Amino acid sequence: MKSAVIVFPGSNRERDMLYALEKITGEKPIPVWHTETELPKVDLVVLPGGFSYGDYLRTGAIAARAAIMDDVRKKADQGVHVLGVCNGFQILCEAGLLPGILVRNNHLKFVCRNVKLEVANAQTDFTRKYAQGQVWRCPVAHGDGNYFTDAETLARIEGENRVVFRYAEGTNPNGSLNDIAGIINDRGNVMGLMPHPENEIEPLNGGTEGRNLFESVLEAVA
Amino acid sequence: MIPNDTKITPELIAEHGLKPDEYQRILDLIGREPTLTELGIFSAMWNEHCSYKSSKKWLRTLPTTGPRVICGPGENAGVVDIGDGQAIIFKMESHNHPSYIEPYQGAATGVGGILRDVFTMGARPIAALNALRFGAPDHPRTRHTVSGVVAGVGGYGNSFGVPTIGGEVNFDESYNGNCLVNAFAAGLADTDKIFYSQAKGVGLPIVYLGSKTGRDGIHGATMASAEFGEDSEEKRPTVQIGDPFSEKLLLEACLELMASGAVIAIQDMGAAGLTCSAVEMGAKGDLGVELDLDKVPCREAGMTAYEMMLSESQERMLMVLDPAREKDAEAIFRKWGLDFAVIGKTTDDLRFLIKQHGQVMANLPIKELGDQAPEYDRPWVPTPKPASLAPSDVPAPNDLAEVLVKIVGSPDQCSRRWVWEQYDHLIQGNTAIGPGGDAAVIRVGHSGKALAFTLDVSPRYCAADPQEGGKQAVAECWRNLTAVGAEPLAITDNLNFGNPEKPEIMGQFVGCIQGIGEACRALDFPVVSGNVSLYNETNGKGILPTPAIGGVGLLPDMAKRATVAFKAEGEAIVVIGETRGHLGQSIYLRDILARREGSPPPVDLSVERRNGDFVRAEIRSEALTAVHDVSDGGLYLALAEMAMAGDIGAKVDAPKDIPLHAWAFGEDQGRYVVTLPEAAAKGLLDRAAKAGVPAARIGATAGRELTLDGCNPISLQRLKDAHEGWLPAYMAAAPAEAL
Repeated sequence: MKSAVIVFPGSNRERDMLYALEKITGEKPIPVWHTETELPKVDLVVLPGGFSYGDYLRTGAIAARAAIMDDVRKKADQGVHVLGVCNGFQILCEAGLLPGILVRNNHLKFVCRNVKLEVANAQTDFTRKYAQGQVWRCPVAHGDGNYFTDAETLARIEGENRVVFRYAEGTNPNGSLNDIAGIINDRGNVMGLMPHPENEIEPLNGGTEGRNLFESVLEAVA
Repeated sequence: MIPNDTKITPELIAEHGLKPDEYQRILDLIGREPTLTELGIFSAMWNEHCSYKSSKKWLRTLPTTGPRVICGPGENAGVVDIGDGQAIIFKMESHNHPSYIEPYQGAATGVGGILRDVFTMGARPIAALNALRFGAPDHPRTRHTVSGVVAGVGGYGNSFGVPTIGGEVNFDESYNGNCLVNAFAAGLADTDKIFYSQAKGVGLPIVYLGSKTGRDGIHGATMASAEFGEDSEEKRPTVQIGDPFSEKLLLEACLELMASGAVIAIQDMGAAGLTCSAVEMGAKGDLGVELDLDKVPCREAGMTAYEMMLSESQERMLMVLDPAREKDAEAIFRKWGLDFAVIGKTTDDLRFLIKQHGQVMANLPIKELGDQAPEYDRPWVPTPKPASLAPSDVPAPNDLAEVLVKIVGSPDQCSRRWVWEQYDHLIQGNTAIGPGGDAAVIRVGHSGKALAFTLDVSPRYCAADPQEGGKQAVAECWRNLTAVGAEPLAITDNLNFGNPEKPEIMGQFVGCIQGIGEACRALDFPVVSGNVSLYNETNGKGILPTPAIGGVGLLPDMAKRATVAFKAEGEAIVVIGETRGHLGQSIYLRDILARREGSPPPVDLSVERRNGDFVRAEIRSEALTAVHDVSDGGLYLALAEMAMAGDIGAKVDAPKDIPLHAWAFGEDQGRYVVTLPEAAAKGLLDRAAKAGVPAARIGATAGRELTLDGCNPISLQRLKDAHEGWLPAYMAAAPAEAL
């Protein structure tokens, strides 16, 4: 599987993501600088975690308007898989590729800890290697991970089974609506989530179930 | 605006923190009255923070070399060889005064400054830690300071992208008016790609990199070299504002530029900004420096030479560049959206020449600015040795279990989870042991190697007996590294004391240095970098002497590491090291009996080394399932921490030849609690006996409660509630009035 990782000024988990992708797919992912206007031909485009542009405006708001984002939209329209993790999820929401928005954690503090994630939809290209309802451990590290949207949109994404991951067993770390940790677009090729599966891939991390997410895409595009 | 040729009055000299004899030295040195800019430059270079004028004499006594030391004190950070062509570059530095005035920004820029020290030398930061000390919990300002400092440390490190993996958080009334924020950072570099600050070559371009210069932080270093009075609030404009986003860009741009081969010398602009960085580069290289301030990128118009030379705006660097590579270098910085300007050149006349609008604003001898700073042999009196306290002088409690629950949930011993969950301790994906253990462990590359990090000091020991306290701080640091299975390599020290002009305070400083030096020599644990913070006083009241020690250790095979958590039921619990029941200056004495008395536990350095070497060898032969050092709170606290971490209880029996409360809570040094399968226990005890290391089986892991000798069984849930409860409850309580 060929993949690309977009690097914005202030991205800081791009190295973690590059490492995870290479380790799991066996192919070196291509880092793409935000000023580029065309993505290389890949099967998966990843927007990594970090604090793009310092997050001094709304998180992800400036990165969503970066030069490369026009081509991200275009490739998403063509069905290329796009994954946004943490800041990447925030950017996808700000770019209009996913509905809703991530606001400040309800306790107003940055939080880094392991949470439990329930696979709410195991039928997607990003989750097919998980079992429906499977609960796995995954770290979060964010200040703005509180998913919010209007009632109508919430009802729609819930109705369309587009909530992919939920915080489970009372571990919602940020006040997110309906314990939402990750969602997918209606076409099923663009997903965003706040937790960091790229930091849960080898025994050192204390768990390896983050791999399933990448292996799912690997299988889906094969 | 005060003109540059303004008359230098005694008031102006005093406002710059210079003593009359120091001003006379300036007159003697330059043979005329200085300009205002020159006075500012001298004040910046000769203050305590930059010149180490009170401490230098004593710092020279510390051991700073060793087979693995590539670069000791004097550069931006210390450099230690970790094999395979790699080096770890690390340092700790205080940002105490700014953090008290403005907790968020003070702490944030403290973290920024130390990260810059590390990547200036070509290293990518892989770990950050911090030692934080706050006033008494019931002091009206403490909650505000804790909240701001923790958010500031996290706000900077999280955005920059370095894992913050450990440190210390403690409370004591002596920090009521003067918190301590000691930030540690470590970075990884190849041994053949380390960058130094010494300029080389005449007529080479001096390049300004990073953020623009503003009016923030002017006189920050001078402020940090004075005591606080009632007017500390008015010093807020001297605190810098941090921008971790710019720092992250600066990191990536610098590393990219260094890899290109264009950098000859590099120095970050920290305390005293442009002045200190330019003087250090020139003086170290026996070169003069000429700067044209019209070329300096400024945030605001109309800045004077004085302001530009003293600004402490953050996220700035100075470089001497290979002129042939100037265009490539500029392109790298433009790509990252950072300022890049040639602002001067190296010269052969050993002058520090500052021009603005075509006029000379300062023209000073560069070597003397640094090398001939005043140096003092301050008078000092040794701290009187306290009388020792026998266990029989310390009453036993009625209920040991209640005492343990109280200690587990006390401000200094409770869980720091509320703090470290605000720090991204997982980024970079290499965290093998995160916050909460004896030392944090970070994987290095993929050869199986890892590094261990810890920060330690027991200020109450240092206050009672500075020399023993200094020894103990180093020994505990060494022990914590050993307890995870690491070979201790070297330390950085952050020496926080009160006003050195007082002989008693200077006596604390000298005593601690002597103790630190003695321990470092005995343990082959050299000091490779450090920082001195004096004048930590408010209204004449000094802090407890607090020489924080930051240690780095190496694990050749990360798979052979130990953690504190009990791993399984039915395992033997063994104490390594001798328990005599030393209760002087103990947590039991202070927090249960409200007494601060006696001598601190003595450290026998040869015993420390013998016991530690034994434990490390056992970890590396994979004989042990859990290891924890015994320190504050003694044996029972260590057992409680191991039980809580592993969610497994224990049953423990005390020996009969020592008072039970002294055995339970005594703080004798050089000890570890270890576990191993019951069947292997005898082998361990035999090996210990052979090595001459005291070791005793005291019980076994079992169940879901702690059944300690002399105690009613305590459920793990009760312990955890107490342990995890205090800090969140404290921080959630209504803020005190009158802030």
